[in-house]
Amino acid sequence: MDLINAILEQILNGLRTGSIYALIALGYTMVYGIAKMINFAHGDIIMVGAYALYVFVGVLKINPVLAAILTIAVCALLGITIEKVAYKPLRNAQPLAVLITAIGMSYLLQNVALLIFKATPIPFGSIIKVPSVKIGALNISGLTIVTLVVTTISMILLTLFINKTKMGRAMRAVSEDKGAAELMGINVNQTISMTFAIGSALAAVAGILYISQYESLLPTLGALPGIKAFVAAVLGGIGSIPGAMLGGIILGIIESMSKAYISTQLADAIVFGVLVIVLLVRPSGLLGKMKIEKV
Amino acid sequence: MAMLKVTDLKVNYGVIQAIKGVSFEVNQGEVIALIGANGAGKTTILHTVTGLLAPKSGKIEFEGQDITKMPAHKIVALGMAHVPEGRRVFADLTVYENLLMGAYIRKDKEGIQKSLENVYKRFPRLRERKGQMAGTLSGGEQQMLAMGRALMSSPKIILMDEPSMGLSPLFVNEIFDIIKVVSASGTTVLLVEQNAKKALSIANRAYVLETGKIVKSDDADVLMNDDSIKKAYLGE
Repeated sequence: MDLINAILEQILNGLRTGSIYALIALGYTMVYGIAKMINFAHGDIIMVGAYALYVFVGVLKINPVLAAILTIAVCALLGITIEKVAYKPLRNAQPLAVLITAIGMSYLLQNVALLIFKATPIPFGSIIKVPSVKIGALNISGLTIVTLVVTTISMILLTLFINKTKMGRAMRAVSEDKGAAELMGINVNQTISMTFAIGSALAAVAGILYISQYESLLPTLGALPGIKAFVAAVLGGIGSIPGAMLGGIILGIIESMSKAYISTQLADAIVFGVLVIVLLVRPSGLLGKMKIEKV
Repeated sequence: MAMLKVTDLKVNYGVIQAIKGVSFEVNQGEVIALIGANGAGKTTILHTVTGLLAPKSGKIEFEGQDITKMPAHKIVALGMAHVPEGRRVFADLTVYENLLMGAYIRKDKEGIQKSLENVYKRFPRLRERKGQMAGTLSGGEQQMLAMGRALMSSPKIILMDEPSMGLSPLFVNEIFDIIKVVSASGTTVLLVEQNAKKALSIANRAYVLETGKIVKSDDADVLMNDDSIKKAYLGE
C-alpha cells in the first residue's frame, strides 16, 4: 500500500512538471508549425513571465489574479514584438540565420533581465495559496491541483480554438501552405503574430506555475524548462499539438520516476536518453507525421 | 472598360526577367485563355496578378482600381479567386474545412451556406467526402475541391492555373465542363493551360505566350485554325 501511494505520488509530481513542460512545448510546436523555425528564445519568455509576475505582485502589490492576467499580456506582447523585430525580416532567409537570431534573442532577454534584476536570486513566494487535499493516504498539494486544473483548461481551450474557430482554421491553413492561405484572403503576417502571441501567453502561464514551484528568480531560470519542453515537443512530434501535450506529460513522468527510483543525478540523462531512443525508432516523434516527399 | 487590365507587366525572378512586358485585357463575362509552353511565364503572370509575386514594373487594374501593389489577401476580397497550379488544397483540413477557407473573407453566414450548397450540387463527390481529409482525395477530386474552394468566395473573376494537369482524360473533360458551367453562371474566367486544344475549345479569346512575351492574340476559333498555332500547340 505504501509503495502504491509512493508511486502515485511520483506520478502526480510527474504530471505537475510534465503539464508545465507541455504548455511550453505547445509554444515551440505551434511556432514551428507556422513559421518553420525553432524559437530558442521561447524558454526565456517563461523567465520574463516569472519576473513580470514578481514586479506586479512583489513590487507593485497588485492583486495576484490581476497580476497573472497582466503577466500573460506582457508575454503575449513580447512574443509578437520579438517576431516582428527579429524573425519577420528573416522569413525568407536560410534556416541557419533564423536559428542564430533566435539564440541571440534568448541571450538578449537573459542579459536584459540580468541588467535590471542582477544575478543574485530573488526569493519570491508562491502566489498560489490553495490548501492540499488528502485522498486516503495520498496527499495532493494545492499547487499540484492548481497546476493540473490550469494546464488542462489551457489545453482544452487551445484545442477548441485550433479546431473549431475560423482563426484556428486559418492558423492550420497558414502552417500548411502560406501562399494558398493568402489566396483565401488570410492575412498571413497577422496569423503568424497571433501564433506567437498564443505561444507566449501559454509560456507565461507556465512561467507563473513554474515560479510558484521554485520560488526563486534568476535570469537563466527559463533555460532548463525551455530545453526540456523543446525535447518534449520533439518527442511528441514537432508541429503536432497533441504531440506536444503527450510529450510534455511523458517527459515529466519519466523525470519524476527516474529521480525517485533510479537516481536524481541521472534523471536528465535518462530523459534525453528516451528522446534518443524514440527518435531512432520514430524520427518524426510519437505523433508527428511522417512526411512523404511528393515529386 | 476591361474588368482586368494588365499593362506592360515585367516580372523578375532574381536576375532573370521572366515576364518581359506583357499586356492583356479580360472583359466581364469572357473566358480568356493564356496558352504557351512550359516555362513561358503563364503561372508567373497569374501569381503577379493575384499578388503572390511583386512585379518589377507595369500596372494591373481590376475594375478600374490599381491593384499592382496590393497584398494577395486583399485582392481576394475584391472578388478575384485563384485556383493555383498543383491545386494546393489544405491536405490536413477536411473537405468541408477547405471549402470554408474559401469563404474566409465572407461574413454573411447565409450566403456562405448557399454557396456551400451550390458547390456540393456542382461537385456531388465533395459532399460525399466532406468529412475526409483533403490529402486523401484523388488528384481529380482535389482539383474539384480547389475549384469549389475558389467558388466559395463568390468571385467576379476566377483565375485557373493548369486545371487539367496530371488528370485522366475523363477528369479533364469533367473539369472543362465545370469551367463552362462556371462561366455560364456569370463568372469571368482567366484560364492558363498547356492543353491548348482544350483551352481554345472553351475560350472566347486567347493570348499566346512565348518566353515571357505575348506573341499572338485573337479570338479562340481564329487561333484554332492558325497554321503556326496548330503546329506548335495543337499537335496537328
